[in-house]
Amino acid sequence: MELLQQFAFVLVTGISVWLFNRRIRGIRRNILLGRDHGLTSRGSEGWKQMLLLALGQRKMFRNPLVAILHLIIYVGFVIINIEVLEILLDGILGTHRLFAPVMGVAYTGLINAFEWLAAGVILVCVIFLARRHVTNVKRFQGSDLDGWPRTDARNILVAEIILMTLFLLMNAADTLLQGRGQPGYTAHPTGNFMVSSMLHPLLQIWSDSGLIALERTAWWLHIVGIFAFLNYLPWSKHLHIILAFPNAYYAKPEDNGRMENMADIQREVLYAMQPELAPTGSDTGTPKRFGAKDVFDLSRKSLLDAYSCTECGRCSSGCPASQTGKKLSPRRIMMATRDRLEEVGRLIDREGEFKDDGRTLLRDHISEEELRACTTCNACVEECPVSIRPVDIILEMRRYLVMEESNAPTEWTMMFGNVENNFAPWKFSPEDRDQWTKESS
Amino acid sequence: MQVPIMSELAARGETPEVLFWVGCAGSFDQRAQRITKAFASILERTGIRYAILGKEELCTGDPARRAGNEFLFQMMAYQNIQILNGYGIQKVVTACPHCFNILKHEYPELGGTYDVVHHAEFLQTLIDDGRIVLKEDGGFRGKKITYHDSCYLGRANGIYEAPRKVLQALDAELTEMKSCRSRGLCCGAGGGQMFKEEEAGNTRVNLARTDEAIATGAKIIAAACPFCNTMITDGIKVRERESETEVLDIAELVARSI
Ligand code: SF4
Ligand code: SF4
Repeated sequence: MELLQQFAFVLVTGISVWLFNRRIRGIRRNILLGRDHGLTSRGSEGWKQMLLLALGQRKMFRNPLVAILHLIIYVGFVIINIEVLEILLDGILGTHRLFAPVMGVAYTGLINAFEWLAAGVILVCVIFLARRHVTNVKRFQGSDLDGWPRTDARNILVAEIILMTLFLLMNAADTLLQGRGQPGYTAHPTGNFMVSSMLHPLLQIWSDSGLIALERTAWWLHIVGIFAFLNYLPWSKHLHIILAFPNAYYAKPEDNGRMENMADIQREVLYAMQPELAPTGSDTGTPKRFGAKDVFDLSRKSLLDAYSCTECGRCSSGCPASQTGKKLSPRRIMMATRDRLEEVGRLIDREGEFKDDGRTLLRDHISEEELRACTTCNACVEECPVSIRPVDIILEMRRYLVMEESNAPTEWTMMFGNVENNFAPWKFSPEDRDQWTKESS
Repeated sequence: MQVPIMSELAARGETPEVLFWVGCAGSFDQRAQRITKAFASILERTGIRYAILGKEELCTGDPARRAGNEFLFQMMAYQNIQILNGYGIQKVVTACPHCFNILKHEYPELGGTYDVVHHAEFLQTLIDDGRIVLKEDGGFRGKKITYHDSCYLGRANGIYEAPRKVLQALDAELTEMKSCRSRGLCCGAGGGQMFKEEEAGNTRVNLARTDEAIATGAKIIAAACPFCNTMITDGIKVRERESETEVLDIAELVARSI
């Protein structure tokens, strides 16, 4: 029996780690489909940002109350996973509470701390569920969350509640059995734990064998639940738990408001202006597409951004276009980019390589109207807690529209003409540029 | 007012302390010209040796680049850099946050590296250094003024305090809008929007912002960008508030107080 449990445990662990690894490699491959820039080493500056923004959650503290609630879930999640280490070892070695004899009273203290965190996590998850489904927090009402995204958000909160409840139940049954002198549980007495002992009155009437069954079931469901969670994570917006870290590392806050230079065009203009500098003979390599029509044309950082998005909607709450009812929502830009990237990834999985599927990010996922409404105000970048830059995707796609398709609203075409011919966006004579100096003030 | 032109200075073998980059709005837009004149008059009063490029100045290419036309941007940048480098310009001041941002952050990798400052910081330094002495009572003492953060000054460059310090120097009562500083709501002009009709929505961006400004009860809405100025002035017109609310650039406020 014991051995069978150990065998089953090792099997379940192996499968779940294998599945998780496969998915993560798939995501990595998809991100690498992007253009080779944006993911350059940031050195100590990058580590500092990771510490501040990802670990320290600095942006979250723009709203301190939500930040503290989120921090409880986050710390709970990270720390309780330390406890998973013990569960893993117990499962493989067929032991029970392996760390208890080694750590002595410190063990009881640690589990007590975990239990309080678990209780905190349950409470916060209930509050967050209520925020999403009872109160009217505007950023959770957006139509861009309809369907799967809203279900996803709820799934995770419910899963957390279940996992934490199982953890408490397991401890409650265990300590009760210790009290009753049940062999197998008395070997390493831990004494009662502070939160789970509150459940004792509910379990008092249970028989010993019933409690053992409960303890074992809770233990198994807890660990299987954690494995399920692990494998759910990379298919969900909760991937940000992991990707917020590299995304903060690669973010360049000093570049807010700066647009990526297009060296190809810079060179072309230089040769047009100073033909003597142009290289003679055939030109170099195949010309790249200008701007972005599909995910392949975006930088790898933008693709990493897409996988890191938590769908929290802070960007869209700050966006002037979203706030005034335009179709543009920076959150949707990120979600659409990820959807397309996933679509491409599935196609590659199926066919072994990418084959034109007659679909592109532009138009099939993101419309011209959305792209046109952006004022490049950077509010989305400023608000994002996980260092995402929706505006970069928008601007790259505008470049494609204008330079590859000559597709611009007539007013913009006129503006371009004015800049080119009159050196100002309006139709004034360049001769009049200093006219104001001749008028009295 | 005699505004020094760079080509004339160069012909006399003189170099200015700072080049005043006027920008397209500041040069051609009638409302923005008043900001330009106010700032030039401050420069003149303080005795700073400055110059403008005059007819030699071209659009920086910002609206073209942000609309997606990189070719046009590169063409404008190339020509401007030729001119600026040709004169050996070191320091540039401008009253336009869009010109400021692009000259400061996007020209260097094209070969145009200058010490670029925005007039908000420039004015603040002049006040701090005592080079501008404001009148005891310039007419703004205790007046309720609200300041609208320009996106390209604020979020893009982290300049939130300089314009506010200038307003405080006027002894005005500074009051903030619902969204301000890094949370400031855009006026709706950036990214080429100034030059085209807005997409369909339930209101205009400039009206949303103007309403926030009106809600403060301020009689003066201060701006530090000619485009923001236009957008909010339009909003004030739509809301029929012209008689009680004025939209003024910080340079105009300072010019009226010296
Ligand atoms: S930069 Fe564009 S997408 Fe981002 S908040 Fe501003 S208008 Fe919205
Ligand atoms: S881009 Fe950032 S702010 Fe916007 S929804 Fe995603 S995580 Fe939230």
